[in-house]
Amino acid sequence: MIRKTQSFSPDKPGGSLTAEKTIQGIRQIFDHGDLAWRGLLLFAGFLVIVLTVSIGWMLWQSSVDARSLFGWKFFTPTLDSHWDPVNNQFQAWPFIYGTLVTSLVAILLAVPVSLGIAVFLTELCPPWLRTPLNWLVELLAAIPSVVYGLWGLFVFLPLVVAPLGEYLSASLGTFPLLGTWFAGPIPLSGASRLGAGLILSIMITPTIAAVSRDVLQAIPNSQREASLALGSTQWETIWQVLIPYGMSGILGSVILGLGRALGETMAVTMVIGNSTNSAISLLKPGYTMASVIANEFAEAVTKLHSQALLEVGLALFVMTLILNVMARFLVWRVSSKIQQEARG
Amino acid sequence: MTSSSGKIALGSRRRLKNRKISNFVMLFLTGLLTILALVPLFWIIGYVVYKGGPGLNLAFFTQLPRPVGIAGGGVLHAIEGTLIITMLAAIFAVPPGVLAAFYAARNPNTRLGIGLRFSTDVLAGVPSIVVGLFTYAFLVKPMGHYSGLAGAVALAILMLPTIIRTTEEMLKLVPQSLREGSLALGAPEWKTSMNVLLPAAFNGIMTGILLSLARGMGETAPLLFTALGNERYDIRQIVTSSIQGKQGFFQMVTRIINQPMDSLPLTLWKYASQPYPERVAQSWTVALVLMFFVLFLNIAARLWLENRARKLRG
Repeated sequence: MIRKTQSFSPDKPGGSLTAEKTIQGIRQIFDHGDLAWRGLLLFAGFLVIVLTVSIGWMLWQSSVDARSLFGWKFFTPTLDSHWDPVNNQFQAWPFIYGTLVTSLVAILLAVPVSLGIAVFLTELCPPWLRTPLNWLVELLAAIPSVVYGLWGLFVFLPLVVAPLGEYLSASLGTFPLLGTWFAGPIPLSGASRLGAGLILSIMITPTIAAVSRDVLQAIPNSQREASLALGSTQWETIWQVLIPYGMSGILGSVILGLGRALGETMAVTMVIGNSTNSAISLLKPGYTMASVIANEFAEAVTKLHSQALLEVGLALFVMTLILNVMARFLVWRVSSKIQQEARG
Repeated sequence: MTSSSGKIALGSRRRLKNRKISNFVMLFLTGLLTILALVPLFWIIGYVVYKGGPGLNLAFFTQLPRPVGIAGGGVLHAIEGTLIITMLAAIFAVPPGVLAAFYAARNPNTRLGIGLRFSTDVLAGVPSIVVGLFTYAFLVKPMGHYSGLAGAVALAILMLPTIIRTTEEMLKLVPQSLREGSLALGAPEWKTSMNVLLPAAFNGIMTGILLSLARGMGETAPLLFTALGNERYDIRQIVTSSIQGKQGFFQMVTRIINQPMDSLPLTLWKYASQPYPERVAQSWTVALVLMFFVLFLNIAARLWLENRARKLRG
């Protein structure tokens, strides 16, 4: 009865109950708008994933001729490699070596300094100094890389790198094995792989310091208190308890820094001297993968030349991809460990 | 007996002394390293101000570059280019970034959510030069010419991960009760998101956007083969000619963004590698202006966040 009167009521026209329900359902979708909203979110999320995949795919696709022509020889280490756009001979080893060796120098120098900063900021720094210091470290990361390059080219190379290089080639350059890496003389301008490595170490220090600071901060206080209660000094607590505890997180931060060093372009291009020679010495000018792309891609005339550069870009993409996966895994491991112990 | 125990006591006392000394030395060293790391910051800022300061004058901001060898002239084209490219990049990057962050915050454990977070991480690690290469292959080559538009797309790709990450973090900080309250009042999901969650997280999201803008503004590598650079870029001439030609607004905008453009970092790089002393001198001034923009955005973003956070707490 009641149903009948409802269906005859003037404000709700329409016949059967099912039709009414469908209309209501459709109205709900449009009035509510949630379906459209969810669709929008899904689309945006999908877009990001598609974008990431298509970067790799695009580089793979557009370097197809170079890949089939040179094969693995493109990457394998040789002392006698050719990068000769005129004769269409391309081997990327000197650039890969340049990237690896400058990043290695950067990491070796930046890790102790960054760890020192992280320890100082979390364990020692008086509270009033903490915020300004955090700010300054983050400002160091905010300076555009091209400004680092300008300063490096006109100030850092002649004032620091050139004398340092001369000193190194005079002292270490005479050792039998080690001397290969420090064979002089360094160019008068100071433009060398060593200079690039030093600039990189300055640039990646804030990255490593910020992440390992967060790692140290996340360590529960009970660890510190237990160690101090057993009679350790503060340094012993830091060195034997806190740093081993946060080891995988710190390693993750180092890998993040390494990723930044591998891909850094402008500053390195301005200070490394831009030469395709395949000398081993740190004191010689060279090229990194990123800087050879930056310098040559816009002027690459032949198809094969630009494809070879795209292949270098592909290799760089794959390298940073692997590093990021590793870093993510390590940081995830330490955070889940802390959570577990907080629960248990 | 007594003497040997005394020896042990003496030895342990000496060891304690050594431990205390090494404690002091190492702790002192961490402070020293912190200072050492900050030396380049002050050195760079100080030197850029010292070298670039004298070149600051009105003409620098309001004139186009003069031909090489003639003193004077400015970098108006690069300032315009930087502003246009960065703004366009923000327009491209902010809406999808914020929406993707909403998705990631709402569905953290679905397959797509995990994939989204992972690809955000990968995207954050991709070198900027590789993004430039990608944009070249994806946009410049099909279009057949370099353009500011392509440069903006490249920058947008670089800005995207920062925006997604900070927005997601901020959305996670909004108390669950706010969301539930809104839903319980009968508001649909999208209204809850736009009218409750977004305002609650707004300051944090803005901070993320400003930081990503600061990063994008200073990038050179992705613009090298997308925006390319264009010393004759003159927006006033484009606007007047399209008004005289009675072109529509849309056509005018297309003409503005669809040609090679310069930006401050690009100009800096080109000027610094030229063998003309007046160009090198100008590159220091460009560095000063660029650093002012970037550091200003950075400090503004952080101050804003801290201020709001203090207000919320107090």
